[in-house]
Amino acid sequence: MADTAQTVTDERLKQEGFGARLMKRPELGAIAGVILVTTFFLITADSTMFTLSGIMNFMTPAAQLGILAIGAAMLMIGGEFDLSIGSMVAFAGLIFGACVVTLGLPLILAIPLTLAVAAGLGAVNGVIVLKTGLPSFIVTLAFLFILRGASLVGLKLASGGSTQLRGVRDAVEGDWLAPMFSGDAFGPIFAWLAQIGLIDTFKNGTPKVPGIPVEILWFIALALVATYVLLRTPQGNWIFASGGDRNAASNSGVPVRKVKISLFMVTALCGALVAIITVMDAGSTDARRGFMKEFEAIIAAVIGGCLLTGGYGSAIGAFFGAIIFGMVTIGLTYTDFDQDWFQIFLGGMLLIAVLFNNYIRKRVTGER
Amino acid sequence: MTQQMTEDTSFHHGSPQDAAKPIIEMQNIEKHFGNIIALAGVSFDVKPGECHCLLGDNGAGKSTFIKTMSGVHKPTKGAITIDGQPMNFDSPRDAMEAGIATVFQDLAMIPLMSVTRNFFMGREPLKGSKPFRRMDIEMMNQTTVEEMRKMGINLRGPDQAVGTLSGGERQTVAIARAVYFGARVLILDEPTSALGVRQTSNVLATIDRVRKQGVGVVFISHNVRHALAVGDRFTVLNRGKTLGTAQRGQITPEELQDLMAGGQEMAQLEGSLGGTV
Repeated sequence: MADTAQTVTDERLKQEGFGARLMKRPELGAIAGVILVTTFFLITADSTMFTLSGIMNFMTPAAQLGILAIGAAMLMIGGEFDLSIGSMVAFAGLIFGACVVTLGLPLILAIPLTLAVAAGLGAVNGVIVLKTGLPSFIVTLAFLFILRGASLVGLKLASGGSTQLRGVRDAVEGDWLAPMFSGDAFGPIFAWLAQIGLIDTFKNGTPKVPGIPVEILWFIALALVATYVLLRTPQGNWIFASGGDRNAASNSGVPVRKVKISLFMVTALCGALVAIITVMDAGSTDARRGFMKEFEAIIAAVIGGCLLTGGYGSAIGAFFGAIIFGMVTIGLTYTDFDQDWFQIFLGGMLLIAVLFNNYIRKRVTGER
Repeated sequence: MTQQMTEDTSFHHGSPQDAAKPIIEMQNIEKHFGNIIALAGVSFDVKPGECHCLLGDNGAGKSTFIKTMSGVHKPTKGAITIDGQPMNFDSPRDAMEAGIATVFQDLAMIPLMSVTRNFFMGREPLKGSKPFRRMDIEMMNQTTVEEMRKMGINLRGPDQAVGTLSGGERQTVAIARAVYFGARVLILDEPTSALGVRQTSNVLATIDRVRKQGVGVVFISHNVRHALAVGDRFTVLNRGKTLGTAQRGQITPEELQDLMAGGQEMAQLEGSLGGTV
């Protein structure tokens, strides 16, 4: 009876242009941000910033943060927060350090053990949040302090009174797994590129950039895997659904609890991975490791288009969010500006990103 | 449409469907919550291809009853049979597997997600082999657009967010989803209560379409006009009991209205309200 009534709605729709379609991608803001920041530094910074070694210089901290940001972004899309991720880096660093130095375990045991402890703690976070129905914000805030404190106490026990545990580098020396988590990858390729004159070399002929730091490869790989999971697997659909509306999702048969607990575990695992990489890189672990990283990771995720309310965002966005972060932190040293502008810049970016995301959300949902 | 209401015209009451066996039959269902008797003996059945309206005022027990039917509550007393076989639902999933689908008022839709992702939420089709098993996005998009077209809605694209659809369209997505996933009985909880006139008529048209595919529809409403527009049979609930079932054409809107209100004050109110309810 109303066949005609239902099909005529089309006449009121304008054809959507390419621009409008692009506007609907959650990562648009982050990509625009990367372009903006790059332009800014191209104008103001020393030209060495965008040489190969300059790029590696800012990509390394970007990657370390980015690994956390991708975890945080997935958890945020799933509708939860984890404020304990920075403390998790310190705690996992302690576990890892204790495993290799104090217990003298090989990496093949130490790494899975560290990851397992982190995943277990992530699951504890998740179970408490889901069992009690309390906001994850407050539960993980408690773990922010608990884990930071535990790192301090544990470090003193493991090192005999100091808050730093040294000797990691010697302990992992020669371990066959070490190249996966520390140093630079593709060394021979870079040496060859230097030989044929494609990349800059020092006077003695060794390349200025000996390879790609492994964390950058982990970072890129994780961003790709996370994006694939979010966009192409049922689990990805469940993550969006759990964050979008918990009740609607579980009424449709989505295992919301499992999804959320897994996300807490993934986030904790990301923290542990960063811990392993940075501890092996530095050769020691200390209680301040990962300090404030929880906020930076959330900021990178928000710049990447994640909504604080959940159900919307992207891993690629968080990827670019972290790159913006790295560029600003390191980039300012290439300019004449005082480095302390960094925080002002960051707060400004965050504010713009939130306003922008809010606007995008209204466009997507057609809210007015 | 008002003309059609009381006359038996295009709708198939009185057709062979009458002889058809009910898909689901609920006999003398009682449900007690502690010392509160929410349902005190309700009998109800749904046949394939009919729209059976369940009417009742607020607090009559409609919600409790459909929750019993969809496996959310277990009845305290009474029998549920499906295709003549006694059934015992332990969870909504059991009911779903038996082909009883419920579209609740919140629709179980997520506004920020695309129509496709909502359509297949929790039941994503897969392709590829184990390590690279992934959602079959192409098939999902095609199916969604096609199923929605069947229901008379032309989507801008399968990636259109559900939030951009109107209330009636969302209702239709929820119905199309249930039907696509093999619902034999479709329970609609007040599908028209929050809709405007135009949207209501769209949803009623959707109900008619679904019924023609042989699905049994349970239409819960407290709006007599909406019920009479599509219903084949009408059962009125009052204070946890059924006040009887009437066939299309055997009952007037006024009689239905009186039954819903318990048969008393309505007659007096009617005059002063001028038939506006």
